[in-house]
Amino acid sequence: MSDLEIPVLTTTVEKMVQWARRSSIWPVTFGLACCAIEMMAMSASRYDIARFGAEVFRGSPRQSDLMIVAGRLSRKMAPVLRRIYDQMPEPKYVISMGACASVGGVFDNYAIVQGVDQVVPVDVFVPGCPPRPESLIYGIVQLQKKIDQQRMSA
Amino acid sequence: MKATAIIDALSRALPGEPGRFQAVESPDGMPTIVVDLGSLIAVGGVLRDDPALGFAFLADIAAIDFYPRDPRFELSYLLACPGVSGYGATPKRLRMKVAVGGEDPHVPSLSGVWASADWAERETYDFFGIYFDGHPDLRRILMPEDWDGFPLRKDYPIQIKEPVKTYSPLQVSEEEFVANIEAARSRARDE
Repeated sequence: MSDLEIPVLTTTVEKMVQWARRSSIWPVTFGLACCAIEMMAMSASRYDIARFGAEVFRGSPRQSDLMIVAGRLSRKMAPVLRRIYDQMPEPKYVISMGACASVGGVFDNYAIVQGVDQVVPVDVFVPGCPPRPESLIYGIVQLQKKIDQQRMSA
Repeated sequence: MKATAIIDALSRALPGEPGRFQAVESPDGMPTIVVDLGSLIAVGGVLRDDPALGFAFLADIAAIDFYPRDPRFELSYLLACPGVSGYGATPKRLRMKVAVGGEDPHVPSLSGVWASADWAERETYDFFGIYFDGHPDLRRILMPEDWDGFPLRKDYPIQIKEPVKTYSPLQVSEEEFVANIEAARSRARDE
Protein backbone atom coordinates (compact mmCIF):
# COMPACT_ATOMS: atom_id res chain seq x y z
CA MET A 1 0.00 0.00 0.00
CA SER A 2 2.84 2.39 0.68
CA ASP A 3 3.73 2.93 -2.99
CA LEU A 4 0.13 3.66 -4.00
CA GLU A 5 -0.08 7.30 -5.01
CA ILE A 6 -3.66 7.65 -6.27
CA PRO A 7 -5.28 10.45 -4.17
CA VAL A 8 -8.23 8.58 -2.72
CA LEU A 9 -10.10 8.94 0.52
CA THR A 10 -12.17 6.05 1.68
CA THR A 11 -15.35 6.43 3.66
CA THR A 12 -18.72 4.80 4.08
CA VAL A 13 -21.75 5.59 1.95
CA GLU A 14 -23.55 6.66 5.08
CA LYS A 15 -20.95 9.23 6.03
CA MET A 16 -20.83 10.60 2.52
CA VAL A 17 -24.59 10.99 2.38
CA GLN A 18 -24.59 12.72 5.77
CA TRP A 19 -21.87 15.06 4.58
CA ALA A 20 -23.79 15.90 1.41
CA ARG A 21 -27.04 16.50 3.25
CA ARG A 22 -25.62 18.66 6.00
CA SER A 23 -23.54 20.75 3.59
CA SER A 24 -26.40 21.85 1.35
CA ILE A 25 -29.38 22.70 3.54
CA TRP A 26 -31.47 24.83 1.22
CA PRO A 27 -34.23 26.68 3.04
CA VAL A 28 -37.63 27.44 1.56
CA THR A 29 -38.51 31.12 1.38
CA PHE A 30 -41.08 31.31 4.15
CA GLY A 31 -40.86 34.47 6.23
CA LEU A 32 -43.93 35.18 8.33
CA ALA A 33 -43.04 38.28 10.34
CA CYS A 34 -40.19 40.39 11.69
CA CYS A 35 -38.02 37.29 12.30
CA ALA A 36 -37.82 37.04 8.52
CA ILE A 37 -35.80 40.28 8.49
CA GLU A 38 -33.17 38.64 10.68
CA MET A 39 -33.36 35.55 8.50
CA MET A 40 -32.61 37.71 5.45
CA ALA A 41 -29.76 39.38 7.31
CA MET A 42 -28.38 35.94 8.04
CA SER A 43 -28.43 35.01 4.38
CA ALA A 44 -26.91 38.33 3.26
CA SER A 45 -23.21 39.04 2.96
CA ARG A 46 -22.49 40.25 6.51
CA TYR A 47 -23.44 36.96 8.20
CA ASP A 48 -23.31 34.84 5.05
CA ILE A 49 -24.70 31.36 5.61
CA ALA A 50 -23.09 30.40 2.32
CA ARG A 51 -20.22 29.42 4.62
CA PHE A 52 -22.45 26.55 5.76
CA GLY A 53 -23.80 25.70 2.31
CA ALA A 54 -27.26 26.92 3.26
CA GLU A 55 -27.60 30.20 1.42
CA VAL A 56 -29.83 29.23 -1.49
CA PHE A 57 -33.36 30.22 -0.50
CA ARG A 58 -35.64 28.43 -2.92
CA GLY A 59 -38.92 29.82 -4.12
CA SER A 60 -40.40 26.35 -4.43
CA PRO A 61 -40.82 23.83 -1.60
CA ARG A 62 -40.00 21.08 -4.12
CA GLN A 63 -36.36 22.20 -4.13
CA SER A 64 -35.99 22.81 -0.39
CA ASP A 65 -34.67 20.81 2.52
CA LEU A 66 -35.33 23.19 5.38
CA MET A 67 -38.28 25.28 6.44
CA ILE A 68 -37.42 28.18 8.75
CA VAL A 69 -40.71 29.20 10.36
CA ALA A 70 -39.77 32.84 10.90
CA GLY A 71 -42.52 34.58 12.84
CA ARG A 72 -45.93 34.16 14.41
CA LEU A 73 -48.16 31.63 12.70
CA SER A 74 -51.84 32.51 12.63
CA ARG A 75 -54.49 29.84 12.72
CA LYS A 76 -55.57 30.86 9.24
CA MET A 77 -52.02 30.39 7.96
CA ALA A 78 -51.53 26.96 9.58
CA PRO A 79 -53.03 24.93 6.67
CA VAL A 80 -50.77 26.84 4.26
CA LEU A 81 -47.69 26.06 6.34
CA ARG A 82 -48.65 22.41 6.49
CA ARG A 83 -49.24 22.26 2.74
CA ILE A 84 -45.84 23.78 1.96
CA TYR A 85 -44.21 21.36 4.41
CA ASP A 86 -45.99 18.42 2.77
CA GLN A 87 -44.73 19.53 -0.65
CA MET A 88 -41.09 19.44 0.44
CA PRO A 89 -39.20 16.27 -0.54
CA GLU A 90 -37.69 14.00 2.09
CA PRO A 91 -35.42 14.41 3.98
CA LYS A 92 -36.83 17.68 5.31
CA TYR A 93 -36.16 19.68 8.43
CA VAL A 94 -37.89 22.48 10.31
CA ILE A 95 -36.37 25.27 12.38
CA SER A 96 -38.79 27.15 14.60
CA MET A 97 -37.32 30.64 14.73
CA GLY A 98 -38.08 32.96 17.61
CA ALA A 99 -40.49 33.05 20.54
CA CYS A 100 -43.66 33.40 18.48
CA ALA A 101 -43.08 30.40 16.27
CA SER A 102 -41.91 28.30 19.21
CA VAL A 103 -44.52 29.07 21.87
CA GLY A 104 -46.69 31.91 20.61
CA GLY A 105 -44.56 34.66 22.15
CA VAL A 106 -46.44 37.73 23.28
CA PHE A 107 -49.40 36.76 21.10
CA ASP A 108 -51.18 34.66 23.70
CA ASN A 109 -54.54 34.98 21.98
CA TYR A 110 -57.19 33.34 19.83
CA ALA A 111 -55.57 34.02 16.46
CA ILE A 112 -52.01 32.73 16.86
CA VAL A 113 -50.88 29.10 17.00
CA GLN A 114 -49.10 28.57 20.33
CA GLY A 115 -46.12 26.72 18.87
CA VAL A 116 -45.66 25.47 15.33
CA ASP A 117 -44.90 21.98 16.64
CA GLN A 118 -48.70 21.61 16.68
CA VAL A 119 -48.59 21.80 12.88
CA VAL A 120 -45.22 20.39 11.73
CA PRO A 121 -42.46 18.39 13.48
CA VAL A 122 -39.70 20.78 14.59
CA ASP A 123 -36.03 19.83 14.63
CA VAL A 124 -34.46 22.92 16.20
CA PHE A 125 -36.01 25.70 18.27
CA VAL A 126 -34.14 29.00 18.14
CA PRO A 127 -34.99 31.33 21.05
CA GLY A 128 -35.05 35.13 20.79
CA CYS A 129 -37.36 37.96 19.89
CA PRO A 130 -36.17 38.10 17.20
CA PRO A 131 -33.05 35.90 17.35
CA ARG A 132 -29.90 37.57 16.10
CA PRO A 133 -28.49 36.14 12.87
CA GLU A 134 -25.74 34.47 14.92
CA SER A 135 -28.41 32.59 16.89
CA LEU A 136 -30.03 31.33 13.73
CA ILE A 137 -26.65 30.29 12.33
CA TYR A 138 -26.08 28.42 15.60
CA GLY A 139 -29.45 26.75 15.04
CA ILE A 140 -28.42 25.69 11.55
CA VAL A 141 -25.14 24.30 12.90
CA GLN A 142 -27.12 22.35 15.50
CA LEU A 143 -29.27 21.01 12.68
CA GLN A 144 -26.10 19.99 10.81
CA LYS A 145 -24.95 18.06 13.88
CA LYS A 146 -28.35 16.41 14.05
CA ILE A 147 -28.19 15.41 10.38
CA ASP A 148 -24.70 14.00 11.01
CA GLN A 149 -26.15 11.61 13.58
CA GLN A 150 -28.95 10.36 11.34
CA ARG A 151 -28.53 6.75 10.33
CA MET A 152 -29.55 5.64 6.87
CA SER A 153 -30.80 2.28 8.16
CA ALA A 154 -32.66 1.77 11.36
CA MET B 1 -65.94 73.47 9.60
CA LYS B 2 -67.38 73.04 13.07
CA ALA B 3 -69.71 70.21 13.95
CA THR B 4 -72.55 72.67 14.64
CA ALA B 5 -72.25 74.04 11.09
CA ILE B 6 -72.47 70.50 9.76
CA ILE B 7 -75.59 69.94 11.86
CA ASP B 8 -77.10 73.14 10.45
CA ALA B 9 -76.48 71.96 6.90
CA LEU B 10 -77.96 68.56 7.73
CA SER B 11 -81.05 70.17 9.29
CA ARG B 12 -81.60 72.27 6.17
CA ALA B 13 -81.37 69.22 3.93
CA LEU B 14 -83.39 66.91 6.18
CA PRO B 15 -86.15 68.96 7.79
CA GLY B 16 -88.10 66.94 10.29
CA GLU B 17 -88.16 66.26 13.97
CA PRO B 18 -84.96 67.45 15.69
CA GLY B 19 -82.68 65.16 17.66
CA ARG B 20 -81.96 62.62 14.96
CA PHE B 21 -78.44 64.02 14.71
CA GLN B 22 -76.54 66.30 17.04
CA ALA B 23 -73.06 67.66 17.53
CA VAL B 24 -71.05 66.42 20.50
CA GLU B 25 -67.85 67.62 22.11
CA SER B 26 -64.78 65.60 21.29
CA PRO B 27 -61.60 65.89 23.40
CA ASP B 28 -59.39 65.78 20.32
CA GLY B 29 -61.22 68.70 18.69
CA MET B 30 -62.32 66.69 15.66
CA PRO B 31 -65.84 67.58 14.50
CA THR B 32 -68.10 64.82 15.79
CA ILE B 33 -71.79 64.17 15.28
CA VAL B 34 -74.03 61.48 16.72
CA VAL B 35 -76.66 60.09 14.39
CA ASP B 36 -79.74 57.97 15.05
CA LEU B 37 -79.67 54.48 13.60
CA GLY B 38 -82.86 55.08 11.61
CA SER B 39 -81.64 58.13 9.72
CA LEU B 40 -78.14 56.82 9.01
CA ILE B 41 -78.53 56.30 5.26
CA ALA B 42 -80.31 59.64 4.73
CA VAL B 43 -77.64 61.49 6.69
CA GLY B 44 -74.91 59.64 4.79
CA GLY B 45 -76.39 60.67 1.45
CA VAL B 46 -76.55 64.33 2.48
CA LEU B 47 -73.01 64.30 3.88
CA ARG B 48 -71.74 62.99 0.58
CA ASP B 49 -73.84 65.03 -1.87
CA ASP B 50 -74.56 68.37 -0.17
CA PRO B 51 -72.31 70.99 -1.83
CA ALA B 52 -71.62 72.64 1.51
CA LEU B 53 -70.45 69.34 3.03
CA GLY B 54 -68.95 67.13 0.30
CA PHE B 55 -67.71 64.24 2.43
CA ALA B 56 -66.92 62.09 -0.58
CA PHE B 57 -64.69 59.60 1.18
CA LEU B 58 -65.37 57.11 3.95
CA ALA B 59 -61.94 56.38 5.39
CA ASP B 60 -62.83 53.72 7.94
CA ILE B 61 -65.46 52.26 10.20
CA ALA B 62 -64.43 51.58 13.78
CA ALA B 63 -66.56 49.69 16.28
CA ILE B 64 -66.28 49.73 20.08
CA ASP B 65 -67.80 47.18 22.42
CA PHE B 66 -68.92 48.82 25.69
CA TYR B 67 -70.05 45.54 27.24
CA PRO B 68 -72.01 45.38 29.56
CA ARG B 69 -73.34 48.88 28.81
CA ASP B 70 -76.55 49.23 26.83
CA PRO B 71 -76.54 50.14 23.98
CA ARG B 72 -73.57 47.90 23.76
CA PHE B 73 -71.80 48.90 20.54
CA GLU B 74 -70.75 52.20 19.07
CA LEU B 75 -69.75 52.66 15.44
CA SER B 76 -67.49 55.50 14.35
CA TYR B 77 -67.60 56.40 10.68
CA LEU B 78 -64.50 58.41 9.78
CA LEU B 79 -65.30 60.67 6.84
CA ALA B 80 -63.10 62.94 4.78
CA CYS B 81 -63.74 65.72 2.30
CA PRO B 82 -60.86 65.83 -0.18
CA GLY B 83 -61.23 69.56 -0.92
CA VAL B 84 -60.41 69.21 -4.59
CA SER B 85 -62.52 70.60 -7.42
CA GLY B 86 -66.05 69.30 -7.20
CA TYR B 87 -65.54 67.72 -3.80
CA GLY B 88 -65.90 70.52 -1.27
CA ALA B 89 -64.17 73.85 -0.83
CA THR B 90 -61.54 72.86 1.73
CA PRO B 91 -60.24 69.53 3.02
CA LYS B 92 -61.98 68.53 6.23
CA ARG B 93 -62.77 65.54 8.37
CA LEU B 94 -65.79 64.34 10.31
CA ARG B 95 -66.46 61.61 12.83
CA MET B 96 -69.99 60.20 12.73
CA LYS B 97 -71.05 58.05 15.67
CA VAL B 98 -73.95 55.60 15.89
CA ALA B 99 -74.99 53.67 18.97
CA VAL B 100 -76.14 50.09 18.38
CA GLY B 101 -77.71 47.81 20.97
CA GLY B 102 -78.47 44.14 21.42
CA GLU B 103 -76.77 40.76 21.20
CA ASP B 104 -77.63 40.51 17.52
CA PRO B 105 -77.18 44.10 16.33
CA HIS B 106 -78.36 45.22 12.89
CA VAL B 107 -77.24 48.40 11.15
CA PRO B 108 -78.28 49.65 7.70
CA SER B 109 -75.39 49.29 5.27
CA LEU B 110 -73.78 52.42 3.88
CA SER B 111 -72.15 50.55 1.01
CA GLY B 112 -74.70 52.12 -1.32
CA VAL B 113 -73.46 55.58 -0.33
CA TRP B 114 -69.73 55.02 -0.06
CA ALA B 115 -68.27 52.07 -1.96
CA SER B 116 -65.44 51.79 0.56
CA ALA B 117 -67.98 50.84 3.23
CA ASP B 118 -68.12 47.38 1.66
CA TRP B 119 -64.93 45.93 3.14
CA ALA B 120 -65.01 48.11 6.25
CA GLU B 121 -68.43 46.73 7.11
CA ARG B 122 -67.28 43.20 6.42
CA GLU B 123 -64.41 43.72 8.85
CA THR B 124 -66.74 45.14 11.49
CA TYR B 125 -69.05 42.16 11.01
CA ASP B 126 -66.10 39.79 11.16
CA PHE B 127 -64.84 40.99 14.53
CA PHE B 128 -67.93 42.35 16.31
CA GLY B 129 -70.83 40.42 14.76
CA ILE B 130 -72.68 43.56 13.73
CA TYR B 131 -74.94 42.73 10.79
CA PHE B 132 -75.18 45.33 8.04
CA ASP B 133 -78.59 45.07 6.39
CA GLY B 134 -78.46 45.59 2.64
CA HIS B 135 -74.77 44.79 2.33
CA PRO B 136 -74.06 43.10 -1.04
CA ASP B 137 -71.70 40.42 0.30
CA LEU B 138 -71.61 40.23 4.10
CA ARG B 139 -69.16 37.49 5.03
CA ARG B 140 -65.93 37.25 6.98
CA ILE B 141 -62.95 39.06 5.51
CA LEU B 142 -59.98 38.36 7.83
CA MET B 143 -60.84 35.42 10.08
CA PRO B 144 -61.18 31.91 8.62
CA GLU B 145 -64.57 31.43 6.99
CA ASP B 146 -65.64 28.69 9.39
CA TRP B 147 -64.67 30.65 12.53
CA ASP B 148 -67.00 30.46 15.50
CA GLY B 149 -67.82 33.71 17.30
CA PHE B 150 -66.67 37.31 17.00
CA PRO B 151 -63.19 37.79 18.51
CA LEU B 152 -63.16 41.48 19.39
CA ARG B 153 -66.29 41.35 21.54
CA LYS B 154 -65.49 41.93 25.19
CA ASP B 155 -67.08 38.63 26.26
CA TYR B 156 -65.03 36.60 23.79
CA PRO B 157 -62.29 34.45 25.39
CA ILE B 158 -58.73 35.63 24.83
CA GLN B 159 -57.30 32.15 24.44
CA ILE B 160 -58.78 29.25 22.55
CA LYS B 161 -57.87 25.67 23.38
CA GLU B 162 -59.16 24.20 20.13
CA PRO B 163 -56.75 22.09 18.09
CA VAL B 164 -55.18 23.89 15.15
CA LYS B 165 -56.66 23.13 11.76
CA THR B 166 -53.86 21.97 9.50
CA TYR B 167 -55.82 21.26 6.37
CA SER B 168 -58.06 23.32 4.17
CA PRO B 169 -59.23 22.16 0.75
CA LEU B 170 -57.97 23.95 -2.35
CA GLN B 171 -60.42 26.62 -3.41
CA VAL B 172 -60.10 25.98 -7.13
CA SER B 173 -61.72 23.15 -9.05
CA GLU B 174 -59.67 20.81 -11.19
CA GLU B 175 -60.96 22.47 -14.37
CA GLU B 176 -59.95 25.93 -13.12
CA PHE B 177 -56.54 24.63 -12.13
CA VAL B 178 -55.91 23.11 -15.58
CA ALA B 179 -57.22 26.28 -17.25
CA ASN B 180 -54.78 28.39 -15.20
CA ILE B 181 -51.85 26.22 -16.25
CA GLU B 182 -52.92 26.33 -19.90
CA ALA B 183 -53.28 30.12 -19.80
CA ALA B 184 -49.81 30.52 -18.27
CA ARG B 185 -48.31 28.25 -20.91
CA SER B 186 -49.91 30.12 -23.79
CA ARG B 187 -48.71 33.44 -22.30
CA ALA B 188 -45.19 32.02 -22.13
CA ARG B 189 -45.39 30.90 -25.77
CA ASP B 190 -46.54 34.35 -26.88
CA GLU B 191 -43.66 36.15 -25.22
